[in-house]
Amino acid sequence: MSGLDPTETFRQEAQELLEQVEKGLLDLAHRPEDRDLIDAVFRGLHTLKGSGAMFGFDALAAFTHHCETAFDRVRKGEVPASKRLIACVLAAQDHMRALAEGRPVEPAVGKALLADLHAAVEGGDAPAAALADPAAPVAPVGKTWKIRFSLPTDALVNGARPLPLLDELRGLGDCRVQVLTDDVPALGDLVPTECHLAWEVLLTTTHGRDAIDDVFIFVIDDMTLEVEELIEASTDNAALEGATKAPSAPPSEKPVEAAAQDSRAVKTGETVRVPAERLDEMMDRVGELVIAQSRLRQLASSSLDTALRAVAEEIERLAAEMRDTMMVVRMVPVIQLFARFRRLIHDLQNDTGKKIQLQIEGETTELDKTVIERLADPLVHLVRNAADHGLETPEERAAAGKPEAGIIRLSARQSGAEVLITIADDGRGVDRDRVRAKAEENGLIAPGQVLTDNELLNLIFAPGFSTAATITNLSGRGVGMDVVKKTIEGLRGALDITSNPGEGSVVSLRIPLTLAIIDGLLVRVGTSRFVIPLANVEECVELSPAQDLRSTGRSLITLRDELVPFLRLREQFNTGSAPDPHQKIVVVSTGQDRVGLVVDQILGDHQTVIKPLSSFHADIGAFSGATILGDGGVALILDIPALVQLGQRHDAPMRVAG
Amino acid sequence: MSAILTVDDSISIRAAIKIALSGEGYAVTEAGNGAQGLEKASAGGFDLIITDLNMPVMDGLTMIRELRARPAGAGVPIIFLTTESDPDVKAQAKAAGATGWLTKPFEPEQLVRVVQKVLAK
Repeated sequence: MSGLDPTETFRQEAQELLEQVEKGLLDLAHRPEDRDLIDAVFRGLHTLKGSGAMFGFDALAAFTHHCETAFDRVRKGEVPASKRLIACVLAAQDHMRALAEGRPVEPAVGKALLADLHAAVEGGDAPAAALADPAAPVAPVGKTWKIRFSLPTDALVNGARPLPLLDELRGLGDCRVQVLTDDVPALGDLVPTECHLAWEVLLTTTHGRDAIDDVFIFVIDDMTLEVEELIEASTDNAALEGATKAPSAPPSEKPVEAAAQDSRAVKTGETVRVPAERLDEMMDRVGELVIAQSRLRQLASSSLDTALRAVAEEIERLAAEMRDTMMVVRMVPVIQLFARFRRLIHDLQNDTGKKIQLQIEGETTELDKTVIERLADPLVHLVRNAADHGLETPEERAAAGKPEAGIIRLSARQSGAEVLITIADDGRGVDRDRVRAKAEENGLIAPGQVLTDNELLNLIFAPGFSTAATITNLSGRGVGMDVVKKTIEGLRGALDITSNPGEGSVVSLRIPLTLAIIDGLLVRVGTSRFVIPLANVEECVELSPAQDLRSTGRSLITLRDELVPFLRLREQFNTGSAPDPHQKIVVVSTGQDRVGLVVDQILGDHQTVIKPLSSFHADIGAFSGATILGDGGVALILDIPALVQLGQRHDAPMRVAG
Repeated sequence: MSAILTVDDSISIRAAIKIALSGEGYAVTEAGNGAQGLEKASAGGFDLIITDLNMPVMDGLTMIRELRARPAGAGVPIIFLTTESDPDVKAQAKAAGATGWLTKPFEPEQLVRVVQKVLAK
């Protein structure tokens, strides 16, 4: 629903704008002279105010107005971006956030914030009155906008009139109007009270983008509106420069932002508002297409008709391209995710009294938007953990000969069909003895049980585990590391931790780029077929009859001098028929752990559209979903983390014995 | 000269609207609640209706919905008056078929601007 609700859309936009403003403010604290930053903060506040008013968030708009005014003065050089002013606006962020989310706010708080803000602006250096000369602004240069709009079909019944809208546009400047009749139905189907016309208007005006949006204020929620600035051989280099530098978010993700962006930003292409759920629907259709296509491929391959085969190949290529395009449309850079951590770190420093330096790498790496949304909570938890448990106090660090400020590094990079995200700190590292004591206390392991270092570290992710001696304000608030692990695995990702005493810890997450389609390896076990996500596959080897016999009862094979446990899927799935003479082992891995899966036959790779299992079957564990094959058959998708865990468990006693 | 119907249970608000709009040459008719408003509007002849939401007997939302279902109500711009605190109500009113809104309290100039905005010339 959220995708279609304009209020919700605005809230989301407001959230993003606030993050953007916050980032600007935090940077500004270090570089108070930076024009780009000042402009960015001003733009963010300006847009927030503008669209807030547009979507009926009047209190927010009114409040933001004051912050905007303050930054307008900074922009004009009247007041400096003093630490005090930055702190005030940062403090005001929470208030604005509450207003944007529609949470109840204490009016007194707002008043106090505004009073502080006022004092900060007035209390700064004496205003350089000479600098500002509002009477002589830069000569206004007209801009040309291409505006394309259509009203909802029921607009006329509800009293909206296109003519006054056009008149109002005309009032803004030089206007050329063209009516688009493409959507007008045939005369027989025409309902006279419905509006099927669309308009394209070329408007040259000295008014800003806001003025255009104001024209549509009563209909903007439901209509289609595209506004694009036409760039002429412009001499406005400053504007161009500003725009290229602005770290603008991708158009696919932020429809409203596109509509409300500062008029200075130059757009190179049109953007269209699309509710997120329509994208999901489209993804579904592409999924169906891929299934139909593989059916076609199968039919064509058994046909002698060369024309049919040519078409099948063509369709295959198109379907693959379609799939890729669709995925790109849904991709969002992780900066959206990372940006919020700057504030988190800011707050954490205050809460813990620790000095923390946040380093961010690879924030342009892209991920599917649904994946990004679901990653937010686990990452917040991991960063909190790093700050709370990982990093030492400045005194402890000094004693250990480290710089006072601890480092938390967030990085993202793409590797194949996955994105690797790491959260690293240079703190004290995981205290193995404490982990062991705690695990024994909680009955997770038997006293004195022999574990590899990796196994010991991974106990942190076991349900109910927490090393915090006391529950602090920061951690232990309901979300445990086990929930983090569950969420990551729910995304078909994996997580792993490494840690060196005194040097810090690194938690790495491997996340698939998208949730809807994966490349899989199709295998046969008995008469059934299964899909193994290709991202998890390390290699395929033959299980020689000798190995098969030798390994009976101790399911381990030696791969390049390393023992790898394996599972016979025939046994796991109780396949009745006799095994093939040449069974194969597909070696799969999650993080550090590897396990071999014995199958009868490897059928090849297969582009797999994932269909979720019904709620009845969702808990089976060994399967993460199902897919429809080209011949109409169904194959289950193996849940690799679950199988690896199973394999490792089988392996554990072996290690003790051997 | 455009005919405007103002529906509000507050006499002072009706008066304020009437003063602002008749000054601009509009003919203003008053109704004290949604039921009265519906009755008058159903007779037709109005170019614009301005209505409050919370009223006795019949509230503004119901009135808008009823009116939109009738021939005389189709296509007539309806502006509803809202207070700052109720963005949800605004969405509801829009869904019911309102054309635009005006936030209370409002200045006479604002009212005139909004009226001009939605009235077809």
